[in-house]
Amino acid sequence: MPATATSLKLPVQAESSRTTPAISLQQVGKSFGDFHAVKGLDLDIRTGEFFSLLGPSGSGKTTVLRMIAGFELPTSGRIELGGLDVTNAAPFERDVNTVFQDYALFPHLTVAQNVEYGLKLRKLPKAERARRVAEALEMIQLPQVARRLPSQLSGGQRQRIALARALVLRPQVLLLDEPLGALDKQLREQMQIELKAIQRDVGITFVFVTHDQEEALTLSDRVAVFNEGKIDQVGSPSDLYERPATRFVASFLGNTNLIEGALAQELTGSPALVSLRPEHIVVRPLESVQDSGTSAVTAVIEEIVYTGPTTRYMARTDHGTQLIVQEQNGASSAAAARGTRVRLEWPSRYNYTV
Amino acid sequence: MRLSAPAKITLRVFAGIVMAAIYLPLALVVTNSFNATTSGAFPIKDFTTKWWVAAWHNEGVREALWTSIKVASVATAISLVLGSMVAFALARYDFFGKNTVNLLVVLPIALPGIVTGVALNNTFKTVLEPLGIGLGLFSVIVGHATFSIVMVFNNVQARMGRMNRGLEEAAMDMGANMFKTFFQVTFPGFRSAFIAGGLLAFALSFDEIVVTTFTAAPGTETLPIWIFNNMSRPNQAPVVNVIAAVLVLASMIPVYLSQRLTGDDKK
Repeated sequence: MPATATSLKLPVQAESSRTTPAISLQQVGKSFGDFHAVKGLDLDIRTGEFFSLLGPSGSGKTTVLRMIAGFELPTSGRIELGGLDVTNAAPFERDVNTVFQDYALFPHLTVAQNVEYGLKLRKLPKAERARRVAEALEMIQLPQVARRLPSQLSGGQRQRIALARALVLRPQVLLLDEPLGALDKQLREQMQIELKAIQRDVGITFVFVTHDQEEALTLSDRVAVFNEGKIDQVGSPSDLYERPATRFVASFLGNTNLIEGALAQELTGSPALVSLRPEHIVVRPLESVQDSGTSAVTAVIEEIVYTGPTTRYMARTDHGTQLIVQEQNGASSAAAARGTRVRLEWPSRYNYTV
Repeated sequence: MRLSAPAKITLRVFAGIVMAAIYLPLALVVTNSFNATTSGAFPIKDFTTKWWVAAWHNEGVREALWTSIKVASVATAISLVLGSMVAFALARYDFFGKNTVNLLVVLPIALPGIVTGVALNNTFKTVLEPLGIGLGLFSVIVGHATFSIVMVFNNVQARMGRMNRGLEEAAMDMGANMFKTFFQVTFPGFRSAFIAGGLLAFALSFDEIVVTTFTAAPGTETLPIWIFNNMSRPNQAPVVNVIAAVLVLASMIPVYLSQRLTGDDKK
């Protein structure tokens, strides 16, 4: 049963009935001609949480972000920010700020002028503006680039300036559209940690769009998984990973073995879809004794891939199902060779029916 | 691609011939403006600046120059405002008949000047004159604006197509309304294309003659018209050369500046 956002929202409302959500989407839809990018979406985002919109490209997550920012108007439904209806408000009338995917720094202004831009529009006194710009640059640890032009900065620096430019306005909600997408892996991981720390410090609600499931799991308090214009599941990272609501969620978040039919029947007594994470399975010799409370199948190892910290085995069961096993290296290496028959074993509680 | 030696030589020769065909006559006009004889005989025996002095003190020339500057300036101003407005509308909004509007704006540059001239002449004489707007300075300006606008429109539209729309969204996101977004973010983004287009528009208007002939009233004389009217008078020939040299410079400088401006953005 695909758990809809609506049904998952109910306990949330009960728990925080006294506080209005930072963002509330009610039956929001968006069509571009015949294409329905977003279909009747219900979603509440709590104040102060780090919330991610996760999904493949074209799943509607960016459109939702753009509707919250006001760059797109929904075809149907209602959007509230802090309890206020902003469905048709212009971007400059909403108390949200955006960090753009390509940063969108003004090329004709210096870094300091970029960060100051929104403060100037708010007609803050000059001294106050200077103080807040300096603070913002301090926060992202780049006070030394204030007088440079964006074209003289590295990608990672631009990313931080974009963040500072949005945060300096102290919005209710900060929207981030794949802000780390253009950075290389190392820088991205470093920025993830910084982003999380900054969010904790400022306490502003962050809405983060990404197609990178690992990034979403690392950063978020809660994640909404988008699939073809709808939300398949909303939950904490561990909810989504351990208890995926749909086949899509199970396969989109990390690797998983999706088991159906005869083998599923054998394991759980029902032919319904079972999701079994590769890291829960161990490879054991056939002659060893099966531990109690475990499930097991015999299989032939077809391929072994060494990835450094882990080794991945591709094994085919007697039912013909391919299972992927991921073992930590160094712990209890089975050292099975290609072509050998082995027993794949895992605690039965990991037989998770989707 | 590498060229063979004979191919290189052939290409160079042809390029040389083409350049010579364009620029030798121009050079001749400029040097002749310093030729001491009235007939412009070659080789030049004596150089003089007396024709330049004579041109400077010629009442007709001064009036024509002033008319040309007025016409070109106002036509350029109109082109800048209308050209960038149309370019902005076409680059940023979708509306019915968008492609037709695009074509109709660009078309006057391709239309023979004589057609534009005759059409405007008829319009002013038969429709506008009874309303009190006859041929005169205004009609010349309108005639020039029809093709000058294309220079601004083309430059600005091309730039807007390449501009990052995210910048405008970012400005609005930070609280700038449509007006502030346009003047603080959009306009600085296409400013150099705007100036380049304006310079070309000015150059084009300054030396235009065909449309001018049909839209000017008998008393209205721009510099090119003045040259045309004085070419056949032998005693004016040296002064005509001076004016021609001035027109060459007046066209060359804006075109050069405009190329520099558009070149800068490609970096």
